[in-house]
Amino acid sequence: MESNSSNILSQSVQDDGFLSIAGKILNSRVIVGTGKYDTLELMRETLEASGTSCVTVAVRREKLYDRDGKNLLDFIDLQRYTLLPNTAGCFNATDAVRVARLGREILRDLENPGADWVKLEVLGDSKTLLPDPVATLEACKRLVDDGFHVLCYTSDCPIMAVRLKEAGAASVMPAGSPIGSGQGILNPNNLRIILEYLKGDDPSYPVIVDAGVGTASDVSQVFELGADGVLLNTAIAHARKPVLMAEAIKNAALAGRQAFLAGRIPKRLYATASSPEEGLITSRPW
Amino acid sequence: MLTIEFNGKKEQIDASATILDLLQKAGIEPKFCAVELNLEILPKHQYASRRIHEGDRIEVVTLVGGG
Repeated sequence: MESNSSNILSQSVQDDGFLSIAGKILNSRVIVGTGKYDTLELMRETLEASGTSCVTVAVRREKLYDRDGKNLLDFIDLQRYTLLPNTAGCFNATDAVRVARLGREILRDLENPGADWVKLEVLGDSKTLLPDPVATLEACKRLVDDGFHVLCYTSDCPIMAVRLKEAGAASVMPAGSPIGSGQGILNPNNLRIILEYLKGDDPSYPVIVDAGVGTASDVSQVFELGADGVLLNTAIAHARKPVLMAEAIKNAALAGRQAFLAGRIPKRLYATASSPEEGLITSRPW
Repeated sequence: MLTIEFNGKKEQIDASATILDLLQKAGIEPKFCAVELNLEILPKHQYASRRIHEGDRIEVVTLVGGG
């Protein structure tokens, strides 16, 4: 009997462990970046430990000199991982569209399902790496028109999130805090509002928190708030032990999601006793 | 010889060279790259036939680690 109920539990958790974006199913709610690892071998091992099924990649010039002969794609199993090319480093809509198209062109012949996907990122400033909202919206519209499924990086501004969804973004991806800062979720209230506005009458619309994660508890918080996914890179790649952190992130995502589904109790100002009042043999001070 | 701009650098190349020749000379695996010729994406099936012209601006990109 006991083993039956635990089977049911693990079954329901398993069924919930996927992320659906634009009709495509990802078998993990965690999307992991492939940048900043000391070696490509370490990156490969870390991706494995994270349990992810979708990884972000960047589009850059081929090195014409000092080539080490290794290509990132030699270290990523294209049957296993959906590649999500980003437009990192773009500061205007025209560059972002150009880079997105080049990413699609590379993926087209690799028969990877991510070929029409793009993680759109149009930055406003190189110190904060905060998104340029005007250019982001412009690029999002152009890419949607061009047939892309746009997963759109944005700030945690609820109004901007609504505008991007209206523009056709397949997923809106608000930042928890600045890229690579490790500050975690700075404004959970804004994320709550975004989740309410975007998912209130469209519960299956995917909202993914992208950027700012510092450690596992930040990931749990993302899911406890009700987000569908998380995207992170630096918190894993720059941890002292990246493989161990990747595993912690995987567990934290599961814990946070389970807690969200279970439903947290409301916060109260005063205590409520867990042991019964009835039958108490002692007296109160007042 | 033709003078072209290849990934931001001026390069000299034989007048009869194709895009594929250029990639091979640079040791680039065509499977993992995309080519942009004068700001337009060049489809892979044209690499072997498209000859390089004087002043062409060619960008060859690949995927690298990123977040």
